[in-house]
Amino acid sequence: MGGRVGLKGTDGKEILARARDLGAKPVSPVRTIEALREITQIADSIELVTYPFDMGEEEARECGFDPKVLGSIKENETTAADTANAAMAMLKCHVDLILFAGGDGTARDVCRSVRQDVPALGIPTGVKIHSAVFAVNPRKAGELTVRFLHGKASLREAEVMDTDEQAFREGRLSAHLCGYLKVPYEKDAVQPSKSASFATLDEETSQDSIAQCIVERMEDSCYYILCPGTTVKAVADKLGVAKTLLGVDLIHKRTLVGSDLNEQGLLKLLGQKKAKIIVSPIGRQGFIFGRGNPQISPAVIRRVGRENILIIATPSKLLSIGPGGPLLVDTGNEETDRMLSGYVRVVTGYQEEVVVKVSS
Amino acid sequence: MTENGIPGYRAVAWNEPLIFQLGRKGRRGSTILAAEDQIKVESGDVRSRIPEAMRRKESANLPELSEPEVVRHFIRLSQQNFGVDSGVMIGHGTCTMKYNPKINETLARSPRLTRIHPLQDTSTVQGILEIMYRLAKLLCTLSGMDEFSLQPRGGAHAVLTNARIIRAYHKLNGELEQRNEIVTTVLSHPCNGGSPAVAGFKVITLYPDPETGTPNVETLKAAVSKHTAGMTITDPYDTGIFDPCIDEYIKIIHEAGGLVAVDQANANSLLGRLRIGDVGADLCHFNLHKSFSAPHGSHGPGSAPVGVKKHLVGFLPVPTLEFDGSKYYLDYDRPHSIGKVSGFHGVIPAVLKAYAWIMAMGEEGLRETSEVAVINNNYLIEKLRKVRGVTLPWNKNHPRRLQEARFSLQQMMEETGVGIDDVNRRMVDFGIQKCFTSHEPWIVPEPFTPEPPESTPKEDLDRFSDVLRQISREAYTNPEIVKKAPHNCTISRMDLSSPRDPKKWALTWRAYLSKNK
Repeated sequence: MGGRVGLKGTDGKEILARARDLGAKPVSPVRTIEALREITQIADSIELVTYPFDMGEEEARECGFDPKVLGSIKENETTAADTANAAMAMLKCHVDLILFAGGDGTARDVCRSVRQDVPALGIPTGVKIHSAVFAVNPRKAGELTVRFLHGKASLREAEVMDTDEQAFREGRLSAHLCGYLKVPYEKDAVQPSKSASFATLDEETSQDSIAQCIVERMEDSCYYILCPGTTVKAVADKLGVAKTLLGVDLIHKRTLVGSDLNEQGLLKLLGQKKAKIIVSPIGRQGFIFGRGNPQISPAVIRRVGRENILIIATPSKLLSIGPGGPLLVDTGNEETDRMLSGYVRVVTGYQEEVVVKVSS
Repeated sequence: MTENGIPGYRAVAWNEPLIFQLGRKGRRGSTILAAEDQIKVESGDVRSRIPEAMRRKESANLPELSEPEVVRHFIRLSQQNFGVDSGVMIGHGTCTMKYNPKINETLARSPRLTRIHPLQDTSTVQGILEIMYRLAKLLCTLSGMDEFSLQPRGGAHAVLTNARIIRAYHKLNGELEQRNEIVTTVLSHPCNGGSPAVAGFKVITLYPDPETGTPNVETLKAAVSKHTAGMTITDPYDTGIFDPCIDEYIKIIHEAGGLVAVDQANANSLLGRLRIGDVGADLCHFNLHKSFSAPHGSHGPGSAPVGVKKHLVGFLPVPTLEFDGSKYYLDYDRPHSIGKVSGFHGVIPAVLKAYAWIMAMGEEGLRETSEVAVINNNYLIEKLRKVRGVTLPWNKNHPRRLQEARFSLQQMMEETGVGIDDVNRRMVDFGIQKCFTSHEPWIVPEPFTPEPPESTPKEDLDRFSDVLRQISREAYTNPEIVKKAPHNCTISRMDLSSPRDPKKWALTWRAYLSKNK
């Protein structure tokens, strides 16, 4: 559950959107206020738009903002639908950023509503924070917002994880990828004084280098299974092939031969042909199989063979996992998991690789 | 002015314009008298001797100042300087900012050195050649390598030279096509990956074990194959940890048919104690501007001689410096050499200063150098670990370090919102140099890496940690002071958008004018 509040500016200036997690612990308003306090320094040059009562209006006023309030809700009785409505309202208002407070559930609701049509950033107040769309802490969320609105932060696509609540209550963690949000990130928040900091590649350039490297190695005789994610999508972009962001697609001779395939569809198209899987781990947790790509079943993996699995990841993603791993697998089949475990190479750039461990 | 017992500091702020913005048209420092008639007759039209294509069409857009204005301008700029001779430079880890002895500066400025030229006949410059030869031999003794070349101009250049030697070695053995990979570690200097990439290799990077801070041997074994040309590694690392498995790495790489090049930027802790050649390394380099007291002149001029074992001597850059029993000479007749890697023979002033320093120190002095450097560093570690918000990564496995240590302010960041960027900007308010953070990628979050070389007095170590403790106190009680720092410096915050923007950046006045019409 969660609510969202959007904020919109007037004369095309910066806009700040804020969402609020309703029904969460009392700590949530406090953390939201923590984030908002960082933004008060630019209060005069932005317009804050929010949803009523405890979905944002109260917190905004508490911080000295005079927000524009949209929508109507039942105080203390908000639902996921309110979250979705708020996000949509913000999008319609052409906000520059939706700032929402909550956990994975809130992120999921925001994501389903606005996808990547508008930048969004999460203030972490929920218990389950597995999505990569949240700032490290509320204060950072506020700071990053200010930087973004000043044009000093870049955007990247970050995974939104949906955690199975029932499983969670039973003590099992079961999260799967349910989408992506466009999230601000600090490419160069701090400058290393000795190194050539200007040489740090941003995510897009890193992904492009990896894509260049992969494409150069592609053989016509081989079928390539492209897993979900933006790093893999960059490979498709390099080939000029349209790839589904969340689906598994099949490429042969640099053309798309299958789109958004399930396990059966994949196995049928592959037959006995030589195939490789191109996969990228999910940030933070590091799953390569078992969280965002159930279509890559144990049967598919065994069909393709361990040595034909090409793992790609930008250096900053790899850094968020570990750092340097291990990568995780949870295919549902112990034997397959065991087969996948051990040391693997990950392509991190043009003619650049890293050796990491895979565990189950 | 004192702050909690720490002597105060306030930087000079002259708001001095660029020299191009000073002066007046027509002003001169001194005028040159016109030549007398007889001289004019004898010399003829001197200007006509300059080839037509090189003659200026317009006069140069030079600043026009009187001599006092010039003097004042540069004195003011110098007053706004901060460097190893004016302040505490402990912050600059891995740079090894030791004192540059002034006697060596005087020697290097002697006309006996400044008035000679590398194109002179070698018979007329035997003195400096002898010094170069002797330095090379001293570096061999210190490292356990067989020959040194003084040619490379800095660390990345040295690693590139070594990578090229590795290529030449495999090419001669007919294995270069197969051996196209170099393995390195992520905590080695980035050039340990970058330079081999420039040399044409694919670079395989190993990450450290989260517990130990160094890669485990299994990871290297998994990375090595018939494609392995060799390994580059910085040892000890900037984290101050000496990789305890380096001898095993060398064994594994050798078994696979590869060569190992060790980056000894951090050799200050090893002088007189460990010879990397004895451990099995095939190649290495030293940074004269680090361990050997030659100055860091605004990040240069560097000098990074490379050392190799016998089986690689034939590949060294030309010319090498040889001695035939009676005279020193330059040898260009080396059919397997990788060729020329730089103009002339090396960074001679740095060579001279390094030689003079080693000779002044002697064997005893070198051993004392490494010992005091390590003691200084561990004293500092003990003090800094007690500062609230500061942690030492991998401290369970490595509570003691060698020449430097990498700390983290992640705890301070989480608890106060103040991180290393803020702390660094506040540090300069106390008249001490800010800290080197870390090379990228930042394995350690909110990192800082101080290094107190042997020339650091204990008072500086105490002052540095007192300042850090004071800043920590501020972070936990009144973070705005830290976040809005610096308060006492020449300028406040820098706008870093211009150096990043091709439409704005300008390295010359002319470029600036063209972009800002």
